[in-house]
Amino acid sequence: MTAILTNLFDGVAYGMLLFVLACGLAVTLGLMNFVNLAHGAFAMAGGYVCMVLVNRMGWPFFAALPLAFVSSAAIGIVLERTLYRHLYARSHLDQVLFTIGLTFMSVAAVDYVQGSSRVFINLPAALQGQFDLFGVGIGRYRLMIIVICGLLTIALQMVLAKTRFGSRLRAAVDDPRAASGLGINVPQVFAFTFAFGCGLAGLGGALSAEILGLDPYFPLKFMIYFLIVVTVGGSSSITGPFLASLLLGIGDVAGKYYVPKMGPFVIYTMMIVILIWRPNGLFGRTAAR
Amino acid sequence: MFERKQLSHKATWAAAVAAIAGLAGFAPAKAQDSVKIGLILPMTGGQASTGKQIENAIKLYMQQKGDTVAGKKIEVIVKDDAAIPDKTKTAAQELIVNDKVNFIAGFGVTPAALAAAPLATQAKIPEVVMAAGTSIITERSPYIVRTSFTLAQSSTIIGDWAVKNGIKKVATLTSDYAPGNDALNFFKQHFTAGGGEVVEEVKVPLQNPDFAPFLQRMKDAKPDAIFVFVPAGQGGNFMKQYAERGLDKAGIKVIGPGDVTDDDLLNNMGDAVLGTVTAHLYSAAHPSQMNKDFVAAYKKAFGNRPGFMAVGGYDGIHLIYEALKKTGGDTDGTKLVEAMKGMKWESPRGPISIDPETRDIVQNIYIRKVEKVDGELYNVEFATFEAVKDLGKTKK
Repeated sequence: MTAILTNLFDGVAYGMLLFVLACGLAVTLGLMNFVNLAHGAFAMAGGYVCMVLVNRMGWPFFAALPLAFVSSAAIGIVLERTLYRHLYARSHLDQVLFTIGLTFMSVAAVDYVQGSSRVFINLPAALQGQFDLFGVGIGRYRLMIIVICGLLTIALQMVLAKTRFGSRLRAAVDDPRAASGLGINVPQVFAFTFAFGCGLAGLGGALSAEILGLDPYFPLKFMIYFLIVVTVGGSSSITGPFLASLLLGIGDVAGKYYVPKMGPFVIYTMMIVILIWRPNGLFGRTAAR
Repeated sequence: MFERKQLSHKATWAAAVAAIAGLAGFAPAKAQDSVKIGLILPMTGGQASTGKQIENAIKLYMQQKGDTVAGKKIEVIVKDDAAIPDKTKTAAQELIVNDKVNFIAGFGVTPAALAAAPLATQAKIPEVVMAAGTSIITERSPYIVRTSFTLAQSSTIIGDWAVKNGIKKVATLTSDYAPGNDALNFFKQHFTAGGGEVVEEVKVPLQNPDFAPFLQRMKDAKPDAIFVFVPAGQGGNFMKQYAERGLDKAGIKVIGPGDVTDDDLLNNMGDAVLGTVTAHLYSAAHPSQMNKDFVAAYKKAFGNRPGFMAVGGYDGIHLIYEALKKTGGDTDGTKLVEAMKGMKWESPRGPISIDPETRDIVQNIYIRKVEKVDGELYNVEFATFEAVKDLGKTKK
């Protein structure tokens, strides 16, 4: 029984992490209809910023996390204004080619500046180790991930559903022409949304260094996982990717624990089954654009 | 169509450059006066740290010993194969056909070393393997000589050591690819022959993001120790999650071949690795004077400490130098390989030699424990198995 709960806990933590990493992609892909394969590069940038601040400059870990968010968002907004916005109206193939190129450039750049070996972020002692809760092993770091990501998800959902900005964004997505006719500054809304998604990825990158490992190949290695989350979850809301992340996280951990021989394939099997059952993802719109 | 155009462009350029170089007299030495070494290494991709260490070590050796041997100038041409065997093959072909190299060397991973083997046989030039560690490699061509190690060497030794030192039940966690399977099988053979029991056996995928579920399984199996082989780069992640999950507090030790505590990464792994016992060929803390000088020179030149890959490169280039000295500068491949057979020398890792029968390395395997020395983490050697041959050859 305790083994099940420990696995469930690990799975939820893993899923939450996937969600923070991938939800920016769900926003750009689902809401803005832009295929951004360079999403992982922003995550990596956040991870490396956090690593440099903590390991080289002695910042406390919790102070470096917001900065990982801010710096990735800043890089995001600069690139959006200079490069990405020219591609919004282009075909998906152009977008894919452009962003995959960007990914390779980021890999080479980080390799050049920081070297190719894996880096770790020095964690405060309070986040290390595990404690027992009624016999269930709870990892402190994973617990922190669940708390941070849980709060973020609630905040995101509130912003999208309840605030003025949220309704502007939804309006801009549904019909950009009508939205701008109503006086909504559509490019600005998109730029802000894009930057926010990048920031989230940066935060996810910083958080994932401990669990997934951080090296210059991060954007390529985890691109598949991000895409799985978005395709399985459907890209019309953030609830879809959230549930998909949890499902995949728990499925992956449980699969590796109970059937280690099949472990790595569980996540793909789940994806295939779900996509056969619902080709637009769990929460996809059936009448797609 | 496009491809061909590209290629012919390249060829034109190459020809033009060659012509200009010839006219300007850039190549004063005749082919016979220089010896060319084609170094094929993963300089990009996941194995890049291997390539960099070997390249650094070779640069260092050539700075120390000069670039002339037996009246010949040594030229090293580095090609990046990103550890992809197809690229290795192309690189080896270009080096042999266009550059007319006298040696091919390097090879970060087993498939790369195997891909180049038939070319070495055809061209009759020595292939010096400086990193890859599967036993079969030297059987694939009579021109292959190895200066790195084989996984059988360290895995059998740690198996023998474990049973003799009170470890009865072991769970294994190995990466699911040829070297991982080699490590697992040789360990199991020796460990169970000595009376040990393998209670849990898990193979993890090579591209593995999260060890958590596998480690939980290890923990629930309650072994005395976990035998681990993961590629050098993943060692850090493994050790961190091992500590996070409290396996160290549950009294489960980590043992294995020394890849998991590679000097290249060891110091960043945190105190969780303290007490890890591994069997391996080299530690930067090896107490010989030669090694102290080597580590100091390497640190001064490149800013970090050398790992076992660097030593493989350092000894590889030494072997090439010595073979050339022995043949008096004769670059006939068959004579060079003959010269290498049975050669013995003192390396930073300790005394080593080339087995005249298998052309594989014979070296001491050390049992080491991770300890803190001057505030840094090191593998401190505390027992030595002398002159270990490769036990993994299929042809006995």
